[in-house]
Amino acid sequence: MLRLEARPHPSTAALLLSPVLAIGLTLLAGLILFALLGFDPVKTLTAYFIKPLDSLYGLSELTVKATPLLLCAIGLALGFRANIWNIGAEGQLIMGAVAGSGVALFLRPEHGAAWVLPAMFLAGALGGMAWASIPAVLKLRFNASEILTSLMLTYVADLFLRWLVNGPWRDPEGYNFPQSRMFEPDAIIPPLLDGTRLGFGAVLALAVALGGWFLLSRTFLGFQIKVIGLTAAAAGYAGFNSARITWMSLLLSGGLAGIAGLNEVAGPIGQLTPFVSPGYGFTAIIVAFLGRLHPFGILLASLMLALTYLGGETAQISLGLPVAVTSVFQGMLLFFLLACEVLIRYRLRAGR
Amino acid sequence: MIETVAILVSMVLAATPLLFAALGELVTEKSGVLNLGVEGMMLAGAVTGFAVAASGYGPWAAVLAAALAGAALSSIFALLTLLLLANQVATGLALTMFGIGLSALVGKPFLGMPLEALPALPIPLLSDIPLLGPLLFRYDGMVYLAVALTIALHLFFRHTRAGLVIRAVGENHDAAHALGFPVRRIRFSCVLFGGAMAGLGGAYLSLAYTPMWAQNMTAGRGWIALALVVFATWKPLRVLAGALLFGGFTMAQLHAQGLGIAVPPEFLAMLPYLATVLVLVLISRDATRIRLNAPACIGKLFHPDD
Repeated sequence: MLRLEARPHPSTAALLLSPVLAIGLTLLAGLILFALLGFDPVKTLTAYFIKPLDSLYGLSELTVKATPLLLCAIGLALGFRANIWNIGAEGQLIMGAVAGSGVALFLRPEHGAAWVLPAMFLAGALGGMAWASIPAVLKLRFNASEILTSLMLTYVADLFLRWLVNGPWRDPEGYNFPQSRMFEPDAIIPPLLDGTRLGFGAVLALAVALGGWFLLSRTFLGFQIKVIGLTAAAAGYAGFNSARITWMSLLLSGGLAGIAGLNEVAGPIGQLTPFVSPGYGFTAIIVAFLGRLHPFGILLASLMLALTYLGGETAQISLGLPVAVTSVFQGMLLFFLLACEVLIRYRLRAGR
Repeated sequence: MIETVAILVSMVLAATPLLFAALGELVTEKSGVLNLGVEGMMLAGAVTGFAVAASGYGPWAAVLAAALAGAALSSIFALLTLLLLANQVATGLALTMFGIGLSALVGKPFLGMPLEALPALPIPLLSDIPLLGPLLFRYDGMVYLAVALTIALHLFFRHTRAGLVIRAVGENHDAAHALGFPVRRIRFSCVLFGGAMAGLGGAYLSLAYTPMWAQNMTAGRGWIALALVVFATWKPLRVLAGALLFGGFTMAQLHAQGLGIAVPPEFLAMLPYLATVLVLVLISRDATRIRLNAPACIGKLFHPDD
């Protein structure tokens, strides 16, 4: 019989190794899963995790997919640290994309202007923030769980997006496809490298990760966030304003998710469609945990999960594997991760 | 009058999956565990139930298999949170994602397959009463089961020793442990029960409500069920009332479309989600009432050696 024995101090080795162990176990479980589904496991894993990375284009696509994950996850991690469970980043991402698209489609002057793209980024951030401010108000004013309200609002945002692209914002010359007009060139983020879809957003996301690290480890605000998350009572005695932290973390994560959404429509997509995001806002939750809620860890984790998206696409094209495998992988990864975390605070001991 | 009865009946049908899932989560939460994976477990139940029924094993084997599938998924959650002390919120989210993916994967061959809906079981004599008969006594077996379980759980928590023990574990696990109750084993069974019930809720969708399998067919009902538990302040009978209310919102959406009310369908489809938010706000506003009714240890980890 194995049992858990509390460690006197959290183990640093386990802290660093637990995500690695979790990834290893996920791959192992993946092998078994593929074998059960009747696919050659080694070939599938190669298609999933190695093939997407064997070209410069593949690497740039990895960054393209990691960008929204990184942007969303940094914001979410700040909230999770303070025990604010915003799980509606997907909805905030959608509303950011909608707000930014509104600028590109309706506010842009006929002959274009240099301010269009910056204004779109601003609108994207504001759209995400506005959507995230609803759970903030409902939590602080009415004590309603932000977990449920932020998630419910994701469904609302998705329906709102669908209404826009099916109704008022639909491209009149788009053969009835539910999508907006293509954005004009000055409303599209130019690629950093020719022949790729890698844009300015990736640089911005890196800067955000750096900023998140600075905020958490070098500012009083970051300190307050950590204290509130560890012991709310102590934070209360210290006079920290928890309402302010709630506002801050929801607005920040909403704004970053909004920017992520704008970066999709003005970047790789180039128009508003109902498929702004393949669940980046939800996957970002896994990214935040895989990165152990630390901005640098999150940076690595965003690349890892971007690879599951890319691999899912490759495996679908080359082996006919259903796309849903990606979310199975992601769910398993989070399971193993949470299971391995126990090793940080506890030691496994044999016997009773 | 006949039309009103039809609307009320459709409300009950829409309420049934929510009722199953919310009752299960209520038991889980009463024991002090918050499992946010309801949506994933419902989908597991929906796909398993459909697969078993579509393979010709009959409706009741399908219902049983769905409950087992929900329980199987919830056992992962129980293992992680109760034995390995993982964060309950994060584990629940993982369970939902896993359930969405796994059900889509398993359900692929069954997409678009037709299935005969669960047969109605009119209760002899009672179902012949005018108006009341069609309103109350002409449902399929799962509807009766859901209502019976509601009443049974109400009595269980009120009047039985086992119900009291579960409540004690949820209110103060350290005290319950000191009294010699096996806290983890009790919680494990409550989580399994919650999973089985979520599986039944999902199965109701794919076997009776809309007899087919579609990816993500629960469409957020698992989350609405979670909100229902709060709405009901952890009381089974109020879960029934809440589920009917939400069934009403779902139906209002469909009937408004039928009546040709000039609101875009997307806005009508928002109704249940907006109603959930609204109801949650109205109930949570009274912080004292929530504090008095919520199990005090909800979401907290328990380790016997700490």
